[in-house]
Amino acid sequence: MKLDSKIPSGPLAERWKHYRSTVPLVSPANKRKLEVIVVGTGLAGASAAASLAELGYKVKTFCFQDSPRRAHSIAAQGGINAAKNYQNDGDSVYRLFYDTIKGGDYRAREANVHRLAEVSASIIDQCVAQGVPFARDYGGMLDNRSFGGTQVSRTFYARGQTGQQLLLGAYSALNRQISKKQVQSFTRHEMVELVMVDGKARGIIAKNLVTGELERHSAHAVVLASGGYGNVFYLSTNAMGSNVTAAWKAHRLGALFGNPCFTQIHPTCLPQAGEYQSKLTLMSESLRNDGRVWVPSRVEDAQAIREGRLKASDLGEDRRDYFLERKYPAYGNLVPRDVASRAAKELCDAGHGVAPTGLAVFLDFEDAIRRLGRSTISARYGNLFEMYEKITGDNPYETPMKIYPAVHYTMGGLWVDYELMTTIPGLYAIGEANFSDHGANRLGASALMQGLADGYFVLPYTIGAYLSSEIRHAVPSVDHPSFVEAEQRALDFQNRLLAIQGKRSAESFHRALGKIMWEYCGMARSAEGLRHALGLLESLHQEFWSDVLVPGSLNSYNPELDKAHRVADFIELGRLMVWDALTREESCGGHFRVEHQTPEGEALRDDEEFAFVSAWEYHGPDKDPVMHREALNFEEVHLTQRSYK
Amino acid sequence: MENQSLRLKLRVWRQASSQAKGAFEMYELAAVPVHASFLEMMDLLNEQLIREGKEPVAFDHDCREGICGMCSLYINGRAHGPQRGTTTCQLHMRHFQDGETITVEPFRAAAFPVLKDLAVNRSAFDRIQQAGGYVTVNTGNAPDGNAVPIPKTDADEAFMSAACIGCGACVAACKNASAMLFVSAKVSQYALLPQGQPEHRERVLSMVEAMDMEGFGHCTNTGACEAECPKGISVENIARLNRSYLAAQLSGGGTSAVATSD
Ligand SMILES: Cc1cc2nc3c(=O)[nH]c(=O)nc-3n(C[C@H](O)[C@H](O)[C@H](O)COP(=O)(O)OP(=O)(O)OC[C@H]3O[C@@H](n4cnc5c(N)ncnc54)[C@H](O)[C@@H]3O)c2cc1C
Ligand code: SF4
Ligand code: FES
Repeated sequence: MKLDSKIPSGPLAERWKHYRSTVPLVSPANKRKLEVIVVGTGLAGASAAASLAELGYKVKTFCFQDSPRRAHSIAAQGGINAAKNYQNDGDSVYRLFYDTIKGGDYRAREANVHRLAEVSASIIDQCVAQGVPFARDYGGMLDNRSFGGTQVSRTFYARGQTGQQLLLGAYSALNRQISKKQVQSFTRHEMVELVMVDGKARGIIAKNLVTGELERHSAHAVVLASGGYGNVFYLSTNAMGSNVTAAWKAHRLGALFGNPCFTQIHPTCLPQAGEYQSKLTLMSESLRNDGRVWVPSRVEDAQAIREGRLKASDLGEDRRDYFLERKYPAYGNLVPRDVASRAAKELCDAGHGVAPTGLAVFLDFEDAIRRLGRSTISARYGNLFEMYEKITGDNPYETPMKIYPAVHYTMGGLWVDYELMTTIPGLYAIGEANFSDHGANRLGASALMQGLADGYFVLPYTIGAYLSSEIRHAVPSVDHPSFVEAEQRALDFQNRLLAIQGKRSAESFHRALGKIMWEYCGMARSAEGLRHALGLLESLHQEFWSDVLVPGSLNSYNPELDKAHRVADFIELGRLMVWDALTREESCGGHFRVEHQTPEGEALRDDEEFAFVSAWEYHGPDKDPVMHREALNFEEVHLTQRSYK
Repeated sequence: MENQSLRLKLRVWRQASSQAKGAFEMYELAAVPVHASFLEMMDLLNEQLIREGKEPVAFDHDCREGICGMCSLYINGRAHGPQRGTTTCQLHMRHFQDGETITVEPFRAAAFPVLKDLAVNRSAFDRIQQAGGYVTVNTGNAPDGNAVPIPKTDADEAFMSAACIGCGACVAACKNASAMLFVSAKVSQYALLPQGQPEHRERVLSMVEAMDMEGFGHCTNTGACEAECPKGISVENIARLNRSYLAAQLSGGGTSAVATSD
């Protein structure tokens, strides 16, 4: 298979402009006859669906929650980047482009990232016009903050609830189109199969989660905006329902999966407290601006703290190791996410962890409170401290927080070309579901930007290139054999799950999967560990298909069946991630291979051999996947090694 | 208190479908960790039920961090349980006593029919928003974000109203099952911003009309909604909506009696 990324030619800064002015158009009369299915109503899906409907296409949206407004995007806290340069601090489209490419450790496509930076400013304008209440300064102008160690202030925010406000904006635009009958919204519906007719994506099989019925929906094109797959690790900061099923069904039918092993681990999350725990909560990155990260220098002290015989305050300065400040004097506690996460893991592995599980480090505000006063700290972080206390019962003004890294975001996803089309004609992937813009590591506040860029400003143009030639085809009837066959596949899959009647819940398999992935395909990966993981995953796969216990029946409200379905797909995905991690014999961004590090323990990239996107082809659950490469050509930026010393 | 756990009796509403008749059933959990969240306690219950070959309890949830508005349990007679300003998913078991019996019900309101057990249908909220909870502006049509300065106090106040998570606790807490707090929060967000002005009058009238059509009760200013709202949405929003509604009616049209008092 030859991968055609369809990157336009010409100077980098002119490509998108040129593309937009030359892309084939669809006449308004024809748009009315063209139908598009959008799976997912997060920032990417809601913005795409609303914008496509405004253009005149007939749209159907699907989400598994009870309302489009509840998509996982709602939980994003920190903010959204845009190259507005309102602060006059030297920001520009080029700088945002450059920071994103470098932050991604040179594993993203230049042309896509440049386009992202170009449209970023329009996103803010659009959201303001919708009534999104961004933070403002006293003159009434939009406020910005700096985020994730960048040198400019380009992050727009709405308190600690930016994702919520942006999503409600997109949801309101979607609602307007629903009321005009341009969009039909299906909630509590899960896509369980993709339908292909004559080699093109022409519809989906959706399951009505309330009645259990399978429905056939046809269209001229299908857009997957189904989010990321961080929940393959079981414990992550993602919402409970976030899953890979929609993308995985497409992958099984031929959509290549790009860079599956690129996952982001966020350093400041609440550590796991016990086996019963169902998810991990993110504490905003901003806490590292004033909090100091440390562990006891001596292993005995750490053990005493774990056993409750000592408290943090019992240890004087001479018995504390402020390890980020020690290892990275230039950046200290503000080193990038992957660097901070790995350092915490190393110390915990060496016995310095402070929670009963041994897996936590302190984030201490004592100095900051002494220096700035309690009221300043409370003004900056009051709501976060409150949330922390709600969950843990500890008061961070008095005892240091305990934090530990957690899976947060997946840079990998369905491979897409410049037009955001997957390798299946007529099937698009946008938002976190695609692999496109963040390379091996995503910068803070850039996922919201990418989701909305894809949905508001990119897909509405690029999809026209395909649809302009599809006018000739009527939407296929849902009685077409391809629909019948796809529905049967979905039905068989569920019946198989129900028939096993084993002894273990889907949840317990999900936990077991998460443990394998975290241990061997998490923060530090080795060839030996990854090979071992392949074996473990194979056994888990077999056990799952012989011992899972799914109660209830097919045609009913049966969340356990839906969960089992998702877990089955996650197990297959886990295997692919391990393959990808094993073949990428370098360290880059969130992918750290212990064999590839500098003498000081920093990630060692190999640009000679690995400056490419790995795009994997599915050959069955028990066959080896096949890798295709898309070479990354850097014309604009020079590749350098990151250093935060 | 690190490793402490609770023995609990749970009185849980079970209902097979919206048509079926529901009833309470009793369950016992032997060891619930005090640091578990309420929903993690429900997970433990479901694991136990599955092991016993019984059908697990259906309940809604997703983010489990207090922002998506999906969780919706009525615990010991209170929407989202006993802790103020807290959604069900953020409520932790350390707020309960060893040996306690906890009653768990769905959010009850005629406009929120039960789907199964503890899960209810709140799509009425979506339909109210579709009736006018938006600004008419197509993608690509927006002026520069700083073209119209918005006083910080207005932006902050609009944000406070916009912080509503659409959970429906206000409806469940109200003896009339009124949706006024929810509707007024949305209307207020736009009323406080310049972008919301051109369509303000129509928005107020049509959202209130949609609310009435969905079968929510009238507001009698008991304030129960504000007390149970996990996001601190203020009843001042209701006063603002009432004023807007009267003004909109005076300038023609609209028949609903939003503000009644008894
Ligand atoms: C706690 C947290 C904080 C974050 N903070 C930030 C931040 O400050 N800034 C930033 O830029 N990014 C942040 N991120 C990342 C960012 O929120 C996400 O990457 C982004 O919101 C993803 O948006 P999306 O539209 O691609 O997908 P989602 O919002 O995940 O939406 C997925 C949609 O797909 C639907 N769906 C999924 N599968 C199916 C199926 N099979 N059938 C039907 N529907 C389906 C769901 O119902 C949902 O509607 C944060 C992430 C987390 C977890
Ligand atoms: S007003 Fe409060 S209680 Fe009502 S839906 Fe909004 S957040 Fe929930
Ligand atoms: S589960 Fe999202 S608010 Fe409770």
